Amino acid sequence: MNILKMKHFVIFITTICFTSCKENPVSIQQVKGKQIAINQSLQAVDSIENTIEPYRDRLTAVMDSVLTFSPNTYTKEDGKLNTSAGNLLADLILVQSNKVFKMRTGKEVDFVVLNHGGIRSIISKGDVTVRNAFEVMPFENYIAVVEIQGRAVRNLISFLIESNRAHPIAGLQIKIDDEKKLVEVTINGAPFDENRKYYVATSDYLVQGGDNMGFFKNADTAIVIDYLVRNAMIDYFGKVDTLNAQVDDRFIQLR
Amino acid sequence: MNRRNFLSRTAAATAFTGLGGLALHGCGQFGQKHITILHTNDVHSHIDPFPSDHSRHPNLGGISRRAALVSKIRDENPNTLLFDAGDIFQGTPYFNFYGGELEFKLMSMLKYDAATIGNHDFDNGVDGLLAQLPHAKFELLSANYDFSNTVLNGFVKPYQTYVRDRIKIGVYGLGIKLDGLVTKKLYKETKYLNPYEIALDIERKLKEEENCDLIVCLSHLGYDYKGHPDRADDVTLASKTRHTHLIIGGHTHTFLDKPTVRNNKNGNPVLVNQVGCYGINLGRIDFYFDDAKEVAAEGISISV
Repeated sequence: MNILKMKHFVIFITTICFTSCKENPVSIQQVKGKQIAINQSLQAVDSIENTIEPYRDRLTAVMDSVLTFSPNTYTKEDGKLNTSAGNLLADLILVQSNKVFKMRTGKEVDFVVLNHGGIRSIISKGDVTVRNAFEVMPFENYIAVVEIQGRAVRNLISFLIESNRAHPIAGLQIKIDDEKKLVEVTINGAPFDENRKYYVATSDYLVQGGDNMGFFKNADTAIVIDYLVRNAMIDYFGKVDTLNAQVDDRFIQLR
Repeated sequence: MNRRNFLSRTAAATAFTGLGGLALHGCGQFGQKHITILHTNDVHSHIDPFPSDHSRHPNLGGISRRAALVSKIRDENPNTLLFDAGDIFQGTPYFNFYGGELEFKLMSMLKYDAATIGNHDFDNGVDGLLAQLPHAKFELLSANYDFSNTVLNGFVKPYQTYVRDRIKIGVYGLGIKLDGLVTKKLYKETKYLNPYEIALDIERKLKEEENCDLIVCLSHLGYDYKGHPDRADDVTLASKTRHTHLIIGGHTHTFLDKPTVRNNKNGNPVLVNQVGCYGINLGRIDFYFDDAKEVAAEGISISV
């Protein structure tokens, strides 16, 4: 009996309280915002480290094998129209894709176009490892060779000029004047010929219209050569002692 | 009445008095309540700290250090929520090797409450994301991706509410336009809906139907696309909403000196924050609540 009474009392009080809360909604009085750096001052938590450890051990064994040496830090931010990291990547894609493409089709890759956003990391000065290749190119993107008409090449060049981003190119030289008008285009050392077809090596991501590079969508043929962009990097790094690409005159604005 | 009965009844009465007293205190003299929101964005599978010889971020980041910081803040204020604004996946070999399993496992250990979906979280396709969901003990929130014709149907909620110290917090997710950014074969039949329209709809629901005291948006739209009004961004979103208090952003890897404050459609302040990328920083926003009566006189004080 006593207990029953008590229950009633509890419900009664709770209701009163609930009602009074409803009548007095809470409001934000003060907001404080800040950003805290994650640095060495924080002691790593053991349980988290122990969880990571087996995953890390296997990965490290594969990743830390040294492939080549980088005399400078490669970045995609060190040039306006062409950059050291962009040139490195585009040059090695030209060399590596050409080998496979030639073997399969008997034809040559004329030039390379990639996207600036596709370079996901710098390569620090020093030893270059498999890990660096993963950092620069974490995506499972394959090299694709696209056959495009001269007209489409013109669209592509206009896109490169208008984009205001240093999209990586190789095998292609573009000179523009101070008003961004075309002065000269050479492809694979020869003057650009609008009446012929060209073979462009790029990534399958861009062929599918990624990064809003629509001009590959209307390509006559795209041959995915079953070669990961990252594996092309690893293969190339493995055969050179030292990296030597740098910002150069492949795409320049005359002043 | 034997002694045992007497004791238990006394205990019940004491407990009751305590409860009543607490409740009355809570309503009558409300007292200040304090909710801490912690957040990350674009961690991109950065589980380990950057090496000490890294040219840009030497010795920064690392999830086990982040765990220490989060746990310290939770000790100070148990009413803490932890969120991520997307692009959890892709950026280190951990993702290439293990497909996001470790990222989700560790975020669960840090007791993340929710995350929204970034474009790179589709990098192994909707199937790849689904495959990792058993490792995630937190919610995936997205209000403007319609997954109903994909394998993710039923696994992603538009919003989630949380009650901490009797403050109700509503959190919704927004994702970026996928066409042209993510390969169709990865996102498949995922439909992208207008984030501005969806945000207004969801925040109204959180305010009016769910009676939330605090409304947070987890956005992977990007901070500010000046000169591109066709591309939805967080700063514009802030000015279009009416009830959202905080937009936790991502995608553009934006490092801000301090959270951005914008006025919403009702002229009230909205915070927009983003903490760069790769788990280098943790964002912390503290909300202090009081009786509604007092707010009209003083307004909201924001110190950032």
